[in-house]
Amino acid sequence: MRKIGRLLLFLLIFTALIFFSSTNSFCKEPYNIGAIFSVTGPASFLGEPEKNTVLMLVEQINKAGGINGHPLKVIIEDSKSDETQAVLAAKKLLEKDKVLAIIGPSTTGESMALVPIMTQAQTLLISAAAGANITQPVKERYWIFKTAQYDTSAVEAIYTYMKKQGINKVGIITITTGFGDAGRKALIEMAPKFGISIVADERYGPKDTDMTTQLVKIKSAGAQAVINWSVGPGQVIVTKNWHALKMGIPLYQSHGWGSKKNLELAGKAAEGVIAPLGRLVVWEKLPDKHPQKPILKKYVTEYEARYKSEPGTFGGHAYDALMMVVEALKNVGPDKKKIRDYIETKIKKWPGTGGIFNMSPNDHCGLDMTAFEMVIVKNGDWEILK
Amino acid sequence: MTLLLQFLFSGLTTGSVYALVGIGFNIVYNSTSIINLAQGEFVVIGGLMMWFFLEGMQLPFTVSLSLTLLTAALIGLLMERLTIKPLLKKGDLLLMIMVTIAISILIRGILMFKFGKDPYTYPPFTEGEPINFYGAIITQQTLWVIGITAVCIVLLYLFFNKTMIGRAMKACSLDVRAARLMGINVSNIVMLSFIISAVIGAIGGIAITPISLMEYDKGAMLSVKGFCAAIMGGLGRSRGAVAGGFTLGILESLTAGYIHSGFKDAVALLIMLFILFVRPAGMFGKAEILKLRKF
Amino acid sequence: MTKGNAIAVLILGILIILFPQVTSDNYILTIGIFVGINALVAIGLTILMGYAGQISLGQAGFYGIGAYMSAILSMNFGLPVLFSIIASIIIASLTAVIIAIPSLRLKGHYLAVATLGFGEIIHIILNEWGPGGPSGFGDIPSFNILGYHLSSTVEYFYLIWLCIIFVMIFSLNLIHSMTGKALRAIHDSEIAAVTLGINITKLKIKVFVLSAAYASLAGALYAHYVTFLSPSGFSLFYSVLVLMMVVIGGMTNIWGAIAGALIITILPEVLRGFKEFDILVYGMILTLSLLFMRKGIVPLVVETYKKWTLR
Repeated sequence: MRKIGRLLLFLLIFTALIFFSSTNSFCKEPYNIGAIFSVTGPASFLGEPEKNTVLMLVEQINKAGGINGHPLKVIIEDSKSDETQAVLAAKKLLEKDKVLAIIGPSTTGESMALVPIMTQAQTLLISAAAGANITQPVKERYWIFKTAQYDTSAVEAIYTYMKKQGINKVGIITITTGFGDAGRKALIEMAPKFGISIVADERYGPKDTDMTTQLVKIKSAGAQAVINWSVGPGQVIVTKNWHALKMGIPLYQSHGWGSKKNLELAGKAAEGVIAPLGRLVVWEKLPDKHPQKPILKKYVTEYEARYKSEPGTFGGHAYDALMMVVEALKNVGPDKKKIRDYIETKIKKWPGTGGIFNMSPNDHCGLDMTAFEMVIVKNGDWEILK
Repeated sequence: MTLLLQFLFSGLTTGSVYALVGIGFNIVYNSTSIINLAQGEFVVIGGLMMWFFLEGMQLPFTVSLSLTLLTAALIGLLMERLTIKPLLKKGDLLLMIMVTIAISILIRGILMFKFGKDPYTYPPFTEGEPINFYGAIITQQTLWVIGITAVCIVLLYLFFNKTMIGRAMKACSLDVRAARLMGINVSNIVMLSFIISAVIGAIGGIAITPISLMEYDKGAMLSVKGFCAAIMGGLGRSRGAVAGGFTLGILESLTAGYIHSGFKDAVALLIMLFILFVRPAGMFGKAEILKLRKF
Repeated sequence: MTKGNAIAVLILGILIILFPQVTSDNYILTIGIFVGINALVAIGLTILMGYAGQISLGQAGFYGIGAYMSAILSMNFGLPVLFSIIASIIIASLTAVIIAIPSLRLKGHYLAVATLGFGEIIHIILNEWGPGGPSGFGDIPSFNILGYHLSSTVEYFYLIWLCIIFVMIFSLNLIHSMTGKALRAIHDSEIAAVTLGINITKLKIKVFVLSAAYASLAGALYAHYVTFLSPSGFSLFYSVLVLMMVVIGGMTNIWGAIAGALIITILPEVLRGFKEFDILVYGMILTLSLLFMRKGIVPLVVETYKKWTLR
């Protein structure tokens, strides 16, 4: 009973906080924005930094006077990494909170489940997930945008680099989740364009404990490099197994590799691992004149000071999505259609955390492979490959 | 040949954990006839608490180890006293199994709260280069996992056959009423079985974490796999759980190696079903036991 | 069907008609839709468990077959949605027969693990061979009948609860017919049932197939309502969730399924206010309600009511 009592107390404090934050000096009506993230469940590695980012940004924006004097209110819902929950959350946001736009969800599947709902409600959705289907075909995705780079762009970056290294035969190992599957499809689809042949196509489950078998198979198939596509513990286990086996061929990871936490967990096993990473991870190593650097510096340092952890690439997707909506609101006010049109036509050469965005009626993502830098792990730190 | 050897060792590593979870299932099953589906959570508790003491609080290895096992034992004890004991008299097995599921959700919630969603790991027990065994490469931690599992099995065998308490527990599993008539305190035996199974689960978690990392929600998968292992070997038979666990682990690894890694779980499950249909009481189970026990 | 149940169905029907009049909130109606979908699966499992004494941890598999088959048939083969739903129910039922014949020889925990195995195999097949693989696929046609497309949430709400009314009437009649009495006999004592000359194997298979049919109907409705499917919703986790609904609602009474579905579906929505604490509170509520309402809610209410009227 005491626990419940304590929970109620927490809840009380929490609601009190919301109450205070909404009845502060603002006199104009708040702008309501919805956010749906996988804060819990298997995709919580995405949702957690996304939620934190939004909380931080909202506080900063409101401290600075809100949007044209209107306070910004973002209602964050947890989709528990589940499509049904995402649908329910979207309905709640649209019906109960009357939001002007929704940012998120964190995963491709959840975003896809929301496409018909958002289209019917004629409300903007800026997804933080990578899948190409979210925004394509663009004619049927009138209200849908996304800020995460395409998986194919990450694959292009890897393959381009591999060609330079003279690698023609690769073995791929992917996780059996939406993230790994999207990467796997992109890897297979892009390979012929670069003259690369995939000699082994292995998979593992999200809770598997040992991938030695798959790696040994890749080695014996004659691959010149291994590409692992996963997030979460899997990518560290693969790295450790790869290191223990002394495979003698390089290990490439997906853009999900970009977290210092992975380097800590994998230790010296991570030495030499190559991955296409968003600039957010390596912002310190960018030249000062790079247009993304000031944004990245501000975002990452503030985030780290506040949460004592790094935002990672995925927190950045939420940053970009929210900032786009905020900018649109600033310029066109609370009009769902105008917000959408603003983002489609006015987000050009727009430096965000994920890259430099160029939205257009034909591209609702606006990023390509230049959003990535090829990065190698050296002495426990990142190093940009030229 | 090298390949096969490599696959076998990979299978033995995962199989070890399945076996330990499976043994945990059996110990509780023998004293209560229920399946404790929170069993996998104790593996997670083992790994995460070990990290907490070893890395978080920087305590020496042996101290961390004993504290972790103590914590697991305590949670096992609390679980039994607070939830299972009041229900046991009513004897509704399904309800008790559902309670263990609810508790596993609760434990997961608490772990998420304490540790967040990130995975954790700590250095292997012994540092050093992997061993080359006829071309197959085996890390030292793999040997630790397999070795610790073997030691656990031997110790449990001795406990159940040579000590007074162990034999009392065994008596309970054969016939609760007769055991009670012989002056055995059945309630204490049930409590003890939860403690032992919790500790065994935790040992598995402690050993495997340097290889596979540990995060708050790994338990459910381990419970399911351990459950399959226990069933495959024959519920209530400790050697069955060991055989079942290793068979399952090796089957998965061989499927991944020779058929396709996408189907490794499916093939392992199919073979498990086949075993069940041919021998409805599992590899080592006796059909008569099935008739004696109600669900 | 007894008089009490007939009245209950009538009350349920009136409630369903009135509900959207009282609230026009699409969010609440959407919750109502998911309650209904879950209730359909739970009703099947309640009959299987409470009336035939068999356990299944594989309902998610049939739920998945219903959803995927109906989606694929209507998308790739251009079948009208109504026919694709019926076809998917037939496919799921046939699968259930194939699974039931060897499985129902097993008992207790062994049966549980066998059904679990089948459910998970179906899940893996959807993952590996389903359209879109683990990422899932969208743009499934929405429900339509005779050229009329359902579009609003209210229409789906009525459609799904109409299905439940039919399923309830059918199930209640079944339970009170001879088959039902025979099923009760199996639950109480199989040996006694056999000596009475009841062909228990055949009956058990029938009920298993029925539960699969209900689950696949629910899956198909889900597919055409959400119009997006991915395998993650059809895993063991869902089977356990349905089991939880049945136990919390009370498996000795078929109405328990609806009560259980209502509670388990609404609980996470109510707990949204708890933010990150919700998993803790959720676990706590489940544990406490299992500890203190051992027979489940509906049987408890019925008992209390009977005691109260006797007094």
